[in-house]
Amino acid sequence: MSLLSIKGLVKRYPSDSGALVDVVRIPSLLVEPGEQILLKGESGSGKSTLLNLIAGIVVADEGEITLSGENICDLSESARDAHRARSLGYVFQNFNLLNGYTSLENVELGMSFGSGVDRSYAKNLLDRVGLGNRHNYTPEQLSQGQKQRVAVARALSNRPKLVLADEPTGNLDPTNAKLSLDLIQSLCRENGAALILVSHDSGMDEKFERTLELSELNQAGLAGIGGVGA
Amino acid sequence: MRSYAIAYRGICQRRVSSLITIGAVALACSMLMLVWAFKKEAERSFAGANGGFDAVLGPRGSKLQIVLNGLYHLDESPGLMKWEDYEQIAKFPAVESAYPIAVGDNYRGYRLVGTLPEYLKNHYYADGRHFELEAGGELFSEESMLAVAGSLAARRLGIGVGDTFQPYHGLIFNENAKHEEVYTISGVLEPTGTPADRVIWIPIKGIQTMSGHNPAAATDISAVLLKFKQGANMAGFQLDMLYNKQGNRLTLAWPANRTIIQFFDKISWFDKALQAMAALVAIIAGGSILAILYNAMNERRRDIAVLRSLGARKMTVFSISLLEALGMTLAGVIAGFAVYALFGFWVGEIVQRETGVALNPFKGNAAMIWAPIGMLGIGFLSGLVPSVKAYRIEVSRNLS
Repeated sequence: MSLLSIKGLVKRYPSDSGALVDVVRIPSLLVEPGEQILLKGESGSGKSTLLNLIAGIVVADEGEITLSGENICDLSESARDAHRARSLGYVFQNFNLLNGYTSLENVELGMSFGSGVDRSYAKNLLDRVGLGNRHNYTPEQLSQGQKQRVAVARALSNRPKLVLADEPTGNLDPTNAKLSLDLIQSLCRENGAALILVSHDSGMDEKFERTLELSELNQAGLAGIGGVGA
Repeated sequence: MRSYAIAYRGICQRRVSSLITIGAVALACSMLMLVWAFKKEAERSFAGANGGFDAVLGPRGSKLQIVLNGLYHLDESPGLMKWEDYEQIAKFPAVESAYPIAVGDNYRGYRLVGTLPEYLKNHYYADGRHFELEAGGELFSEESMLAVAGSLAARRLGIGVGDTFQPYHGLIFNENAKHEEVYTISGVLEPTGTPADRVIWIPIKGIQTMSGHNPAAATDISAVLLKFKQGANMAGFQLDMLYNKQGNRLTLAWPANRTIIQFFDKISWFDKALQAMAALVAIIAGGSILAILYNAMNERRRDIAVLRSLGARKMTVFSISLLEALGMTLAGVIAGFAVYALFGFWVGEIVQRETGVALNPFKGNAAMIWAPIGMLGIGFLSGLVPSVKAYRIEVSRNLS
């Protein structure tokens, strides 16, 4: 059985004129357990909206998103929150670490709403991403690459089945971008998590088992309009 | 990481504004408790510090002035009365005991009160409690040049048995008004928690015949302190009729307690003003909590969205925000108790120094329950608005 199954997914947002327009319209998408997919697309192509739909942050107007056998479109908001904490890891382009919290605490925050705080596992994750000597550093004390590694450790802190990565290398220099990508992929493999990585970087194709062009996948045809969160 | 830990971190991250809010809550809470507690405690203590007397007979004048002068050793006597007046009322069948007092001199600001030695020897100033002398002390006799110091007066003046002093004329200390007489301290009273602690007792004849006093008033007195016989319920009414309604030369302040309670009633506007101020501070503290958390919520939209993206439910971020408000309020309430204790001790000392009446602000009172609960209620209500804002934050719009 597929880990993630999307059928007839539609998400609409009001345009400037007030009329509802499709931002996402995906007839079908299947992701197998442990599979790593590169989702390519330009700005405004609905990438972030798609990830937010899969994460249950945004509610679909039509269709089904079945993750681990559970259609998240049928779940209440709090059930979607719990499902997200339990089954998903999310890596953002801007890392979205909480200032004032140390690296270790940021990873523990990721566990707080899911499997529960496991300090030794959080430390192991930070050690694994090469921040063994930065447990007590706050985001302000870390470089961009180090912040990204904390974000990766946080995304994996609940042992998710699926990791969503939204332009995770967008704010990194080429060297760090490559290191970061390798790290995300290898950690997902180690943890048996599938990965959907969104990027508009064309140099990543060979690193993924499957590459999807969002312009082909998403039939909304709104590239360039820029829906909310897109 | 639990919600309360995240809330605690939020409070710590806005250290300065949080401390200001906590301070405002502490001020409001302590003010409410202080105003209430001191009003109640002062009423109780002053009414209870009547020295075991039911009434005071004094020259024609204000009852309050007679009570303050005769029992609390405050204020001036409205005038003088004759020794015969004392003898007359002492013979009244319903009077169990009557003690004349005379005032008009001081020693370095501490009032000298002339009376009969029987007062200190026989009178019960409270239920079952006599005046006791510290070890090695003895009472004066009617004709002696001896004095007995109240415990507070002795401590403040640094005098003890065997020390001598010369009284000063008047109730207010004036270095240039020293009398010639030399008195020797023969004893120091054990603390009583009553105004008797802050005066120096001497034989009544000593005041009456002090050098420089008018020889024509050498038998006059300032007031007579009266205790009625048990069960003589009508005595007060009869004497009230005799002195206050039918006579026009003397005034009977009866019941002594009620005079003081009436005084507190008269100045109740002051309590109300203080309570209004405290309520205002409480409202300001509540507004401060609301403003701080509301503004912080604007700055923390992204943080809230991140927490939500990690799986935090709407109710979780709502409760985190509310816990921050309640946490600051609780810290303020705890600090308020500390401020209350400090001010309570300080004000209690001042009251005892100035009046001799021992207040106990640490005795439990209703304000210690309703003021903290009220402040927590204000904190809760103030936290609701920013918490609802946190609840409503749209995750996708605030995730960068």
